[in-house]
Amino acid sequence: MIRIHLTSVFVDDQEKAHDFYTRVLGFETRTDIPLGDGNRWLTVGAPGDDAVQLLLEPSAHPAVGPFRDALVADGIPATQFAVDDLRAEHERLVGLGVEFTMPPTDMGPVSIAVLDDTCGNLIQLAQMAG
Amino acid sequence: MADVYDALAAPARRAILDVLADRDDQTLFEIVARLMAEHDLGLTRQAVSQHLAVLEDAGLVSARRRGRSKLHTLDTGPLREIARRWPDKDSP
Repeated sequence: MIRIHLTSVFVDDQEKAHDFYTRVLGFETRTDIPLGDGNRWLTVGAPGDDAVQLLLEPSAHPAVGPFRDALVADGIPATQFAVDDLRAEHERLVGLGVEFTMPPTDMGPVSIAVLDDTCGNLIQLAQMAG
Repeated sequence: MADVYDALAAPARRAILDVLADRDDQTLFEIVARLMAEHDLGLTRQAVSQHLAVLEDAGLVSARRRGRSKLHTLDTGPLREIARRWPDKDSP
């Protein structure tokens, strides 16, 4: 069986992204390996979840800028994370200074919110109903 | 300048105004999601973007940038013009 074990977001600054994704969002560092040129193979994961890692990938490739700018201009998230209590997470993150482009909104089977990761991406948080 | 009556003639554009009446400063992503969730309208981003351009042109929607995102807000100014032109007969 083929499984998903790694997904990625392009980040403007790996050190800044590491701080945001660990200290603010609450992920833990999984892998941090120097790759040369100051770049790192830097992954984080949710506490207690060893199945999937998120790669914080340098955004230096020239195609990344225009692609991400177009997504962010239209408010489109780069990826989605699951939460158990969306309103509680929203309140906690706003308290830490995180900006949301979309507050918690009920969409039928799912409630979603969209935040700015300060590293060039919008991130959707989703709570499944029931 | 698009005609406000033409802008209001399309049901999809009226639904977009309904969505925007709920909250200021919505991204295209949020408008598309709300059209689906609240109005059962499965419009593409491209279609909604084109409708928004007509509404902006008619002055019914204003757009601004915050950071790198474009945010849309309902502007009821042109609707007041309609009310002035045909005032409510029951009003004092």
